[in-house]
Amino acid sequence: MPTAMRRIDQIVREHRFFAGLTDADVDLISGCARNVAFAAGDYLCREGQPADRFFLLRHGRVALEIAAPGHGALTFQTLAEGEIVGVSWLVAPYRWQHDARALEPTRAIAMDAKCLRGKCDADHDLGYEMMQRFVPLLVQRLHATVLQALDIYGDAHKS
Amino acid sequence: MPMSDPMLPQVVRVLRRRRELPEVWTLEIEPASDAAADAPNFEPGQFNMLTAFGVGEVPISYSGDPQRSQRWVHTIRAVGAVSTALTRLRAGDVLGVRGPFGSAWPLAAAEGRDVLVVAGGLGLAPLRPAIYRLLAQRRRYGRVTLLYGTRSPDDILFRRELERWRRRLDVDVQVTVDHAVGDWHGHVGVVPALIARADFDPARTSALVCGPEVMMRFTLAALRTAGVAETAIHLSMERNMKCAVGLCGHCQFGPTLVCRDGAVYRSDLLAPYLPIREL
Repeated sequence: MPTAMRRIDQIVREHRFFAGLTDADVDLISGCARNVAFAAGDYLCREGQPADRFFLLRHGRVALEIAAPGHGALTFQTLAEGEIVGVSWLVAPYRWQHDARALEPTRAIAMDAKCLRGKCDADHDLGYEMMQRFVPLLVQRLHATVLQALDIYGDAHKS
Repeated sequence: MPMSDPMLPQVVRVLRRRRELPEVWTLEIEPASDAAADAPNFEPGQFNMLTAFGVGEVPISYSGDPQRSQRWVHTIRAVGAVSTALTRLRAGDVLGVRGPFGSAWPLAAAEGRDVLVVAGGLGLAPLRPAIYRLLAQRRRYGRVTLLYGTRSPDDILFRRELERWRRRLDVDVQVTVDHAVGDWHGHVGVVPALIARADFDPARTSALVCGPEVMMRFTLAALRTAGVAETAIHLSMERNMKCAVGLCGHCQFGPTLVCRDGAVYRSDLLAPYLPIREL
């Protein structure tokens, strides 16, 4: 196995999002992975473009943004080391619904979404493992969105 | 803490008033005359009943340093008639004070453990006395982490103090806002999301939580997921406190009275009642 490939294996195996995967599954996933780096200000993805990748952050911070006329870019979430950028690759039509911009020099593993979807279709056990990881992430982000939408800090507290 | 008559407000003067946010003011007031003058005369987490004469009385948590016994500090958001009247008081004006009342953050029990302070919005104010004490007695604790969330960068309470604490090397301070535009370079997202990123040992962590009740419920869930024991989590509750001595029942919450048994509660005693809409 080439050195670069082995390194990707190790990185994927050590990433907390993939904790508990079998070696065989790590090998399958790693075949869709490659190292990427972004300078501060670089975009990892742009709204409307094909969601053909997602990212496992290894270092740095990324802002998820939506551009609003007259307001510039509205940041609704920042993500850091150990977290995942991108869930739009999971469901058709596989288009990004927001921008993702590196706030500082950022290193990540980019996962080829079409490659991974194909492997999940061919191996439903792998697909189930992926769903077990992504569904809690989606629920967690849904709960966070609810909390943000409620705008709870407008309420008086104590004082 | 000695109090001559807990139902009788003592008349004290405002020493200083400071604007924190557009509707939030901090008042520094004289302590009640029967409070100890040369020692901590309240415990972090406790509250006073403050009277705006001719308007009414409201419960307000201490927000100042417990070591500074010569002045009591309260941070107040102007949301109703009484709190608005209090925020309009100026140095030299008089107000009524009854207290201190209520339970305290369990800082002695947290010694030797990691301490995770999670605050939302104005909930940072009741936690600030605890933070002062944690930092004053820093060596007694393991890792100390403050996670603070609020609506936007313009709504950050005690901003200069947060910046000062961030510069310390012995405390991890993380601030997040729900929404941001422009030049904000900090975190964006809800404060419970910061818990998964924080560095603490869940098996030996004490968590102190204060903020809007919805935020506290989400924070509780995140702390449980992180593995913090329910008995090691404390919350500060807000209810309609009137007498402050456990007689009138206005602040009943489940089987407890917030003024008498709280406002700081251990989570396992409170958690069963938090989702009950009728309480």
